[in-house]
Amino acid sequence: MSAAPSIIQIRNIVKRFGAQVTAVDDVSLEIREGEFFALLGPSGCGKTTLLRMLAGFEIPTSGNLLIDGQEMGGVAPNKRPVNMVFQSYAVFPHMSVFDNAGYGLKVTGTPKAEIRERVREVLALVHLEDYETRKPDQLSGGQRQRVALARALIKRPRVLLLDEPLSALDAKLREAMQLELVKLQQMVGITFVIVTHDQNEALSMADRIAVMEDGKVRQIATPTELYEDPNCYFVADFIGKMNLLSGTVQASGKGTVTVAVEKLGTLTVPCSTETSGNLHLAIRPEKLLVSETPLPDHLLAFSGRVATFAYHGSESHVFVTTDSGVTLSATLPNRHRHSAAFEPGQKLWIGWEPEDTLVLTE
Amino acid sequence: MKYTACMKPNSAISNHNQINPCPALRRVLKSPELRHALVMKNPIAPLDYARRWWMRLTLLGVFVFLYAPIVTLVAFSFNNSRRNIVWRGFTFKYYEKAWNNDSLFEAFTNSLTIAFVSTLISTVLGALVAVLLWRFRFPLKSVYEGVASLPIVIPEICMGVAMLAFFARSGWPSGLPWPLNLGAITIAHISFSFPFVAVVVRARLASFNRELEEAARDLGASEWQTFRDVLIPHMRPGLVAGALLAFTLSLDDFVITFFTSGPDTVTFPVKVYSMVRFSVTPEVNAASTALIVITLLLTTLALWMQNRSQSGTPEPA
Repeated sequence: MSAAPSIIQIRNIVKRFGAQVTAVDDVSLEIREGEFFALLGPSGCGKTTLLRMLAGFEIPTSGNLLIDGQEMGGVAPNKRPVNMVFQSYAVFPHMSVFDNAGYGLKVTGTPKAEIRERVREVLALVHLEDYETRKPDQLSGGQRQRVALARALIKRPRVLLLDEPLSALDAKLREAMQLELVKLQQMVGITFVIVTHDQNEALSMADRIAVMEDGKVRQIATPTELYEDPNCYFVADFIGKMNLLSGTVQASGKGTVTVAVEKLGTLTVPCSTETSGNLHLAIRPEKLLVSETPLPDHLLAFSGRVATFAYHGSESHVFVTTDSGVTLSATLPNRHRHSAAFEPGQKLWIGWEPEDTLVLTE
Repeated sequence: MKYTACMKPNSAISNHNQINPCPALRRVLKSPELRHALVMKNPIAPLDYARRWWMRLTLLGVFVFLYAPIVTLVAFSFNNSRRNIVWRGFTFKYYEKAWNNDSLFEAFTNSLTIAFVSTLISTVLGALVAVLLWRFRFPLKSVYEGVASLPIVIPEICMGVAMLAFFARSGWPSGLPWPLNLGAITIAHISFSFPFVAVVVRARLASFNRELEEAARDLGASEWQTFRDVLIPHMRPGLVAGALLAFTLSLDDFVITFFTSGPDTVTFPVKVYSMVRFSVTPEVNAASTALIVITLLLTTLALWMQNRSQSGTPEPA
């Protein structure tokens, strides 16, 4: 996959609104041809601004933007080889589904016969063949989104930009559309760049994800890397659930680090690099083991009492406060119909394998 | 006294019940289904004002107040009496007379010509002002905004005097052949009706989703294509409403027209005024009725056009 050439090159892009607000702060990244790329971050992190700069609706304050090797500075939105699916779908309310889908071809003077043929083709792609004559107000939210998709895809863009495309759909439909978008992307082979604040969406759909915070890119990685090897505190905390412990390095080297964690005491965990000073240890809740009897010695284990027990259907979350007063959360899969439930106040042992510990220096 | 008066209906009802001793009939009479069917089809909900008698009465009063004069005007246009004070029988005579009254007919044509031209121009101008104010930010925008809507608030009489002074001082040519001689009045009408169009269209633009514009641009449309294909369809209901407003404003304007019209450029309201000064004949009623019919027809046409493009309403976000 790494052999694919870059289709989008973003070089030191800065976008300021007025003197006070820096929406995008010196971002550089490359998006590969045919990739499903996600820009993920909390609201206000600059991901939408970055996408709008790709589409040409915002002009970067400084930096370069290349699409397909072409410098995009000074190129109007209607001259760029990209198309966008808007958050509100922005389906033209006074046009039928057919006219909406064909609009991008009509304005560029494509012959009528060709428009007809390509509209048919693209509406079949999004399963809206029977809706040609409908007006948008006769469509459901999901169908309107398909119209928006069809309308963008008919232009055969080099890159399709999607701005929070699934945020207005209900949970069931959203899940179905996630799968469908991935399938569609594989079918048409166009590079997709999606903006989302929903990490599940990003993790399940994207080939690679750029996590953004405060206008800066924190990490660019595959979903697995992002989840299992976050490179900083922000990403570790933002993606999924995480037990985060702060501490000070006491000894480092020979592939381990010994950290003095407040209240819990000294923990020695594997670490490939030498460090010093303050850092964070992070452990995923599903990697924690909970037992009513003492845990084996090779684990980092503590005794404590159940603080809260929450049932979530497929899994349960148990919060254990150790005897020293630190609360750790563990996720337990409900593998059986009557998997064990814990009572608050119940005595437990909680622990994890040392190699499941992440060492975060940033 | 009051107490007994209150009691009376109650005792009547209980008497009534005693007269019908048959239990089956009583059950039917007391059944909620029957009461539903007879008394109230559905219980009146707290906000169901339209079904309360006092609301209906108020409504009736308002309608009488609004339309009684117009109905009278129309009715008396068929009155077979020159003095037109008491009803003396039905006739179409005065319609024929109004039709054959050359100066009245000319005034009527003048009014319609002015109304059509000024509506056309003020709709375009008003729409452009609305788009400008909605879309762009520029220095002194609020000042411009205020000045543009000044004709709405300036007393008509001041506007009329101002127009008279302006056309006199600027040496506006008089005695031009028809329809050029209507130029001054038309300009005056445009100047007071385009702000109304601007206000209406701008209100409509407030509900425009900017992403629609971006979507059109993104799909390859130029600025002009975006304006034509996306913005104008959205503005259409506002344009129709604004044009209607401009048309009626122009058609029935008296004060400003009075100051800008000359002896050979008399409009319908000015003509009617001069006729009424002698006596209100059914001829005036007949001409007015014709005007009402024309206005109604145009309004219906406009509303029908608006309904046809009903899907031009903004999509729910």
